[in-house]
Amino acid sequence: MPGGRLRCGSGRGRAVDRVGLPAPIRMAPDRMAIVRAQGLGKTYRVADKQPGLAGTLRHFVNRRERLIAAVQDVSFSIEPGEFVGFLGANGAGKTTTLKMLTGLIHPTSGTVEVAGCQPQRREANFLGQITLVMGQKQQLIWDLPPLDSLRVNAAVYGIPPEESRRRIAELAEMLELGDELRRPVRKLSLGQRMKAELLAALLHRPAVLFLDEPTLGLDVNAQARVRSFLADYNRRFGATVLLTSHYMADITALCPRVLLIHEGRLFYDGSLETLTQRLAPCREVRLELHAPMGAEAFASYGEVEAIEGREVRLLIPRERLTEQVGRLLADLAVVDLSVSDPPIEDIIGRLFHQGALA
Amino acid sequence: MRGGLRQRLGHARRIAAVLLSSQYAYMLEYRAEIVLWALSGVLPFIMLGLWSAVDAGGGLGMSSLQLARYFLSAFVVRQFTIVWVMYTFEEDNLNGRLSPYLLQPLPLVWRYVAAHLSEQATRLPFVAMLVGLFFLLYPAAFWWPSLPSVLLAVLATLAAFALRFLMQFTLTMVCFWSEKASALERLLYLPYLYLSGLVAPLALYPVGVRAFAFWTPFPYMVDVPARILAGETVPVLQSFAAMAAWAALLLPINLLLWRRGLSHYSAMGA
Repeated sequence: MPGGRLRCGSGRGRAVDRVGLPAPIRMAPDRMAIVRAQGLGKTYRVADKQPGLAGTLRHFVNRRERLIAAVQDVSFSIEPGEFVGFLGANGAGKTTTLKMLTGLIHPTSGTVEVAGCQPQRREANFLGQITLVMGQKQQLIWDLPPLDSLRVNAAVYGIPPEESRRRIAELAEMLELGDELRRPVRKLSLGQRMKAELLAALLHRPAVLFLDEPTLGLDVNAQARVRSFLADYNRRFGATVLLTSHYMADITALCPRVLLIHEGRLFYDGSLETLTQRLAPCREVRLELHAPMGAEAFASYGEVEAIEGREVRLLIPRERLTEQVGRLLADLAVVDLSVSDPPIEDIIGRLFHQGALA
Repeated sequence: MRGGLRQRLGHARRIAAVLLSSQYAYMLEYRAEIVLWALSGVLPFIMLGLWSAVDAGGGLGMSSLQLARYFLSAFVVRQFTIVWVMYTFEEDNLNGRLSPYLLQPLPLVWRYVAAHLSEQATRLPFVAMLVGLFFLLYPAAFWWPSLPSVLLAVLATLAAFALRFLMQFTLTMVCFWSEKASALERLLYLPYLYLSGLVAPLALYPVGVRAFAFWTPFPYMVDVPARILAGETVPVLQSFAAMAAWAALLLPINLLLWRRGLSHYSAMGA
């Protein structure tokens, strides 16, 4: 069992979660935390160059740099076996945080502890317990079949040949991979390659998985297969997973808990359900009418989201939903009616767009 | 204790075998490219032609046979001491391929060493063919080196490769700070070319230049192993001691830069 492995060190600090607006930050219990970040920060020094020839010459003579705070004062902890979604717009600091958690880059401030180890020390014991999967980035040897890379990984992680064959068979079955493992990687489709990458990344059965956009660029079917595999892996091996994804379907299907990061700062840590309830106080009501009507006809029921011919979408506050749906059915010639939550990507997109919550 | 050591050795042996075999399979995919690389390493033959044309043998104390054997040996040594780790590392760094390897419990350097050794194994048959062709065209130059000199030459070539690799890998660490660190290697190629014995045997150089050359690591990378292979007299112990001294100087610098570089690493492209 990954969770039962030997860990580095024994220190257990206390994670203090950041409180942001509008949702209260969850105070995660950290007595058993397998991932713990405390006041984590990363500042990059980047060249500050003006465009054009003059800017180029000025930059050549007098090179100017500025500091960019990619991550600031981020604190959270994750317990063994948790599946946590890490959300944020492009450049919000998700990948930088993952890189610090895996020890690839060193934090400018704060502390990190993963599986009882300090990641930046890159101890073999730590490296044997984690994995980082980055969508579109690969560790498989491009011109050889995945099995060749898997043989290398098995040797590197000290997995006996017989055991590695058993694990490859088991993971290949879970991932629905067969002959693809004997074909050169360059001949595989993106989806097959991603699944082979996952197999390579999980062969040593890591206790902590950091997944950065693992479904990026995959078609809907391949995304669903990868999602189902990840859920199965988490269940079967009790692995802890921190997942970033631009596809909300990944998050809603896999992550009961989410971390939201914006401009390098963590401003929400809690359940996805609470997030949607707090950020989406309205529910979406879809109507199909007998005949088209103007927007003014719906003003007294709720906010009109869209009208397309006979189809209307309304946003109605949750507390008035039953009453207003009753009125709609009574007052109008309704052919069909359905109630749902607005898509989570809309909610979070609106949230990031407003930027007022940081 | 002994069991633990045996287990570690067994683990290292398995990693080495798997890395070498997978890298060899990878290099075989690029055999045509490797043949072209081997062909592009015929500089010693061109220099042989030039020096023969100016009758260097008579004027500078080397017979034409000695000259031919030296340049053939230099060609062979060069083929097995070519190092390209900086270019691969730079590319891996820029493309984000370094990150997955850095997250595995295997020092990254061994992957590159295995790639180089596999590439040498891939070019071996082609080098043998070129040597055969050389003797076909110039049968008078044929000689059978004695077994001890072959063994010593192999050892010296391996040491030369190790030194050249260590030197370039140390420079490679600059990739952690600069995106175009390979420019440094191009700069270093000039002294390497002139002081290693690739353009002329160091025996033909003026005394002062020759003395200076032997204070640098370059003659040990081509001239010394080539002369051993050609059956010439070489101060073997002194040469191996010099190689060991250079390695002892470079290794701690390399380790220091590696540690500093990792803390500066920004995982570009990943």
